[in-house]
Amino acid sequence: MKNSNVIQVDQLTKMFGDFTAVNAITFNVEKGEIFGFLGANGAGKTTAMKMLIGISKPTSGKANVAGFDVFTNAENIKKNIGYMSQKFALYDDLTVKENITFFGGIYGLTRKRIKEKASILIEELGLEEVANKLVGALPLGWKQKLSFSVALLHDPKIVFLDEPTGGVDPITRRQFWEMIYKAANQGTTVFVTTHYMDEAEYCDRVSIMVNGKIEALDTPKKLKEQFNVDNMNDVFLKLARG
Amino acid sequence: MKRFIGFIKKEFYHIFRDRRSLFILFGMPIAQIMLFGFAITNEINNVDIAILDHSKDTTTEEIINKISASKYFSINQFIERESDIETIFKKGKVKAVLNFEKDFSKNLIKDNKATVQIITDATDPNTANTISNYVNAILQQYQKELNKDITITYQIIPQTRMVYNPELKSVYMFVPGVMTIILMLVSAMMTSISITREKELGTMEILLVSPIKPIQVIIGKVFPYIFLSIINAIVIVVLSIFIFKMPVQGSLFLLGFESVLFIITSLALGILISTISATQQTAMMISLMGLMLPVILLSGFIFPISSMPLPLQVISNIIPAKWFIIIIKGIMLKGVGIQFIWKETLILVGMTIFFIGLSVKKYKIRLE
Repeated sequence: MKNSNVIQVDQLTKMFGDFTAVNAITFNVEKGEIFGFLGANGAGKTTAMKMLIGISKPTSGKANVAGFDVFTNAENIKKNIGYMSQKFALYDDLTVKENITFFGGIYGLTRKRIKEKASILIEELGLEEVANKLVGALPLGWKQKLSFSVALLHDPKIVFLDEPTGGVDPITRRQFWEMIYKAANQGTTVFVTTHYMDEAEYCDRVSIMVNGKIEALDTPKKLKEQFNVDNMNDVFLKLARG
Repeated sequence: MKRFIGFIKKEFYHIFRDRRSLFILFGMPIAQIMLFGFAITNEINNVDIAILDHSKDTTTEEIINKISASKYFSINQFIERESDIETIFKKGKVKAVLNFEKDFSKNLIKDNKATVQIITDATDPNTANTISNYVNAILQQYQKELNKDITITYQIIPQTRMVYNPELKSVYMFVPGVMTIILMLVSAMMTSISITREKELGTMEILLVSPIKPIQVIIGKVFPYIFLSIINAIVIVVLSIFIFKMPVQGSLFLLGFESVLFIITSLALGILISTISATQQTAMMISLMGLMLPVILLSGFIFPISSMPLPLQVISNIIPAKWFIIIIKGIMLKGVGIQFIWKETLILVGMTIFFIGLSVKKYKIRLE
């Protein structure tokens, strides 16, 4: 076990009754890595992710996230990770500033720290004009970027992104990935699920889940070589067809 | 604690920025109490009646005068033929017809008896009953006056005294009921909606991933509603005291304590509803159908429980509102202390613990 691994998963399994949603998956994620977590709908990636962020108890196996065990220390994991779901999940009826203050508050940041963070964040995203406007009035792309920044508010070790770019236009998607790179450069590990195969190319390493199992795990380049194709989409299709 | 305060602040933003919930929270209680207090009433006042007088003599005239002099009736018209009775009932304005037989005075003197027929429109049975009782009372009063010179050997004189609500004001009955409905509505429906709203929007997931504990989320969500419900209870009591002159015979402190208890019971129900419904719509439907209807129909608010069929009487026992209505009627009208209502209080406490226990269990299952 290398010390630089911030996520260590060993034979992690989740059963719902007789149905095995996640079947003995094993992988490690290094610090500062952008780790792509791919799979068709229903392949088990959301369930796997939920176990890692501490809101779903695994049936068996081992997993350690940010140095804490998912079975015994989920509370500490929560303090050290950020999470952005596929649904836009800030409060529409709160202003940009109020949202930042609220989420900063529940992560236990001091009032002073929240203020500093808020002004940096608003400036970086260019939201000065709308800082006191209700979030509901912002365009979706801005909301997504704000959402990502809020997930990073408490400087988490790992940020989990669940299909963050769903329904966003290509330009915003590009900007969004620039934000992801920036976070990774600053040492934050990024764990991202996505549907878009072109996005998989941006990841340092990619895992592909099929029917609850991880069928492939490597850098995009090596995966393409392994399957003898020239883009990730074909890798995915080959795997999914079996 | 700081997290908690931030959470509550956010909750108040939600409430005060949503016109719909503001209306339900503050418009509804006032509108309801006014509606029930003024518009919906069991008392009869100036009911239109018609007279069909076949004799037109001094006795019938005296009776008619007495009836029109009472505040309960106003004589709408005089009709001439039996066949008119049905026509005017069909028009709907006239609720009763008095049909004096031919030669009323003469019969009274000759045979010592005469007949007057009271025909009431029983499409509304309660009103029909009341009208018939009131007319009877007036006739009896008149009969007594006729007989005042004669001594009857045996006489049973019933002396009726209505205690706790001597004027039989229906507002006395409605205030406890409305208070129950409002507290239930605000506490159970609004909390269940506000919790499911977070689920629907996906923010609940974000909260669960954050270090804030689920129990803190729930307490943070219900706390503002406890506060607002208490304000509502105060508004209702103040309105009923000052506008409807409803007495509070018992201790205000006890009334407050019991109200807070019932608010917590309703909140527990609201949390339970939110654990079993995925959307705001479902939560609203369950609250309306599962809570409001039983409260209105089975709590004894409108229909007396003692006259329900046995199965419904049994069912009424599981409705928290039934016990709360007994409690507040006791405190407000009879002025009873805790020694008379401890049983009902304990039942509410028990129900609250049960609902909270059940929701904790459901909540845990959902998290697994």
